[in-house]
Amino acid sequence: MSTLLSVDGLGITFGGLRAVHDVGFSLQPGEILSVIGPNGAGKTTLFNMISGIYHPGAGKVILDGQDVTAMRPDLLARRGMSRTFQNLQIFQNMTVLENAIAGYHLQETGSFMADLFSLPASRARARTAKDGAMELLARVGLDRAAETEAGNLSYGKLKRLEIARALALNPKVLLLDEPAAGCNAVETEEIDHMIAEVAKSGVGILLVEHDMKMVMRISNHIVVLDHGEKIAEGDPATVSQNPAVIAAYLRAEAGADAGAAHA
Amino acid sequence: MSELLQFLFSGLTVGAVYALVALGFTIIYNASDVVNFAQGEFVMLGGMMTVFAYAAGLPLPLAALIAIVATAGVGVALNKLAIEPARGAPVVSLIIITIGASIFLRGVAQVLFGKQIHRFPSFSGDTPFRIGGATILPQSLWVIAGGLTVFVALYLFFTKTLTGKAVLATSNNRLAAQLVGINTNWVMTLSFALSAAIGALAGVLITPITNTSYDVGIALALKGFAAAMLGGMGNPKGALVGGLLLGVLEALTAGYLSSQYKDAAAFVIILLVLFIMPQGLFGIKQTERV
Amino acid sequence: MRLSNKSATLLVLAALIALTPIFFPSSFYYRVGSLIFINGLAVTGMVILIGYAGQISLGHAGFAGIGAYSCALMPVHWGIPVLLAAVLGAIISALLAFLVGRPILRLKGYYLGVATLGFGILVYMALTNEAWLTGGPDGTQVPDSGLRDAAKAIGINLKNSEFWYWFCGVVLMIGAWLALNLYVSPTGRALRALHGSEIAARTVGVDVARYKLQAFVISAVYASAAGSLVALQNQFVTPDIAGYMHSIEWVTMTVLGGAGSVLGAIFGAGILTLLPQVLTMFAEYEQLLLGLIMMLVMIFMRDGLLPSVLRLIRGKDE
Repeated sequence: MSTLLSVDGLGITFGGLRAVHDVGFSLQPGEILSVIGPNGAGKTTLFNMISGIYHPGAGKVILDGQDVTAMRPDLLARRGMSRTFQNLQIFQNMTVLENAIAGYHLQETGSFMADLFSLPASRARARTAKDGAMELLARVGLDRAAETEAGNLSYGKLKRLEIARALALNPKVLLLDEPAAGCNAVETEEIDHMIAEVAKSGVGILLVEHDMKMVMRISNHIVVLDHGEKIAEGDPATVSQNPAVIAAYLRAEAGADAGAAHA
Repeated sequence: MSELLQFLFSGLTVGAVYALVALGFTIIYNASDVVNFAQGEFVMLGGMMTVFAYAAGLPLPLAALIAIVATAGVGVALNKLAIEPARGAPVVSLIIITIGASIFLRGVAQVLFGKQIHRFPSFSGDTPFRIGGATILPQSLWVIAGGLTVFVALYLFFTKTLTGKAVLATSNNRLAAQLVGINTNWVMTLSFALSAAIGALAGVLITPITNTSYDVGIALALKGFAAAMLGGMGNPKGALVGGLLLGVLEALTAGYLSSQYKDAAAFVIILLVLFIMPQGLFGIKQTERV
Repeated sequence: MRLSNKSATLLVLAALIALTPIFFPSSFYYRVGSLIFINGLAVTGMVILIGYAGQISLGHAGFAGIGAYSCALMPVHWGIPVLLAAVLGAIISALLAFLVGRPILRLKGYYLGVATLGFGILVYMALTNEAWLTGGPDGTQVPDSGLRDAAKAIGINLKNSEFWYWFCGVVLMIGAWLALNLYVSPTGRALRALHGSEIAARTVGVDVARYKLQAFVISAVYASAAGSLVALQNQFVTPDIAGYMHSIEWVTMTVLGGAGSVLGAIFGAGILTLLPQVLTMFAEYEQLLLGLIMMLVMIFMRDGLLPSVLRLIRGKDE
């Protein structure tokens, strides 16, 4: 099986602070790889580097055998990378349906003039995208809310909408940044199923998630970050027994407790 | 050579005014993230009110003081009545609000003071000094000295006084400043008062040289903004250097290239700075957080 | 009725254009009407830039200057027919917007505002200072377009002001139709997406720089066309058409009426164009009131006048 995405020696510093340092791993088609670690370990920063939002200071990102390091996010989208955000990035000024259609941008985009004059070609493109979006919304259970302003949706539904939008790109690699955060147990399980299903169809999934039960349940492979560095890697059973991992989490817990005591 | 010196003198004089306007921008921008397009109107009001207080028979220093205090009052009113109620509005709205304020103040000045050009006498006569074949007016020295004094005073205020540090803290992180007990609304009010007073002072200093009328504000605001950007938005040192540099560049353009396109210099600089080094001379590059 | 509905908007607009003249006491009002339509056209372009794409320009009057002076200068200097000159003016504006827009649109917020303001002022200065070409601050003549005579030839015989009322009205309808087409199209969706979240738009594949540039260029063409209409109607232009106050007025009209909707923005254009006409007896207070209105609307009706008023009328069901 050929490697879908490989990350090698990735690092970045912010104002002299080493946010991520020398992180590497590889992702196979159909695999669910989770990146875990205490708060501030650099998980989201890592995602932002892989998806082209930050320019890494060091290292390489290889997608489908090609170097895509620091490539613009829209070009990565063309090559089959798609993602969601920890702090939702929903198009608040559009309806739920239009948010989903926006995921089909690369399919529906065409001649500007055709759009300006509303030529049949333009309308046909838009219609195809709309049909696809409606199907996707049905799949994540949001078809009834299609015409609602996206800003009016509950947090859990917005999370699902973002996943739907990311799936609309028909990606090869999907980066999910805390998809279950703020969701209740039922919603978490739904998302859980959805991720497994998407992986089964051959998509490689990169997951950042705080819900450890979910991570242990669905991941094939886990990478553990602490203070921006990879401290462990392996299947769920191995990683959960790793003393360095346990120590890192305990230290973070202690820190959080101390912080809570101060506040 | 004496020609160049002459251009430098006139450039530094105008530049000091731009620097004062840019400092005014900087203070408000730091406290509130608002770019106040009405900044030039403070300069106009400072000059204008001095003209009328002086004409009413007050001694010039008292007239100037009254103008500065009154303009500071206008600044506070602007903050309380227009900026505070619009907190959290998108940038486009804030641009329109402050441009609206600028048009409003200009309209008020037009009604109150008329459309004529006004002036009052220089502080220390009009006999120029001769330096190296060039001449400089005593009033120019007043302007340049005024610009430098304000800069030093601001520097001391922001680094040595508790109030000044509170303003800086607010500009760094509004929420954190609130949490440590800083009254950020008060900081905003203070910033607008300070900024308006500095603008008015610039108006008082420059009017004997350039005269004033109800519509001088907008050009000054744009030049001041160009200066602030050139130096790096939000940086007082940048505002000072940017202002002086812009004044000199303008004088050189007028002297060696074309006096008609003197004003174009500012905008060409704005565009160049924005394209080549958007963070300005002294600014810090920022990373967008996701 | 949804405002975003294309045909509803066009219907309302057509009805307003067609029916308002019934109430005109004198032909002077036709002139005011055509002025509203011309501003409405420019503002419709601004809706694409501000309302759809979320970008600002305080320099679009510069493009109006290019459109207007093309009509004045090309016929005189190069013997180009006036109407063709208007089209060429729009093409020049588009090219210029393309060249300037590329670097400028990397900027955001205030920086973008000031950079575009600077651009507009540079155009204004060039028109004022290059008197050998433009006639300088006193302005210059524009040859007769022959449009009214052409209308006469096909049996439509109208007074000058009436002719331009209907002509500008039709051009505005076309402009509104195109802008509304764009809104629901894939391009419009991409523009609104990058307005909503630039980062998310990138991750779904939107080439943000390209789309911002498209919005900038098309809005420049609208402004240029508006400038040409002014020149054609008045048969005279001065550099004032490119003045920054015009740019600011257009942005204000756009946001005043509600930047998101074409109809709202045209409504805003109507109000701000009428204001000075209504206030002629208070000419001295015009600036004061304009500034006051700009501030009040932005503070108390953030969505703009039309959406706020509609919400008030609809009451609870919103």
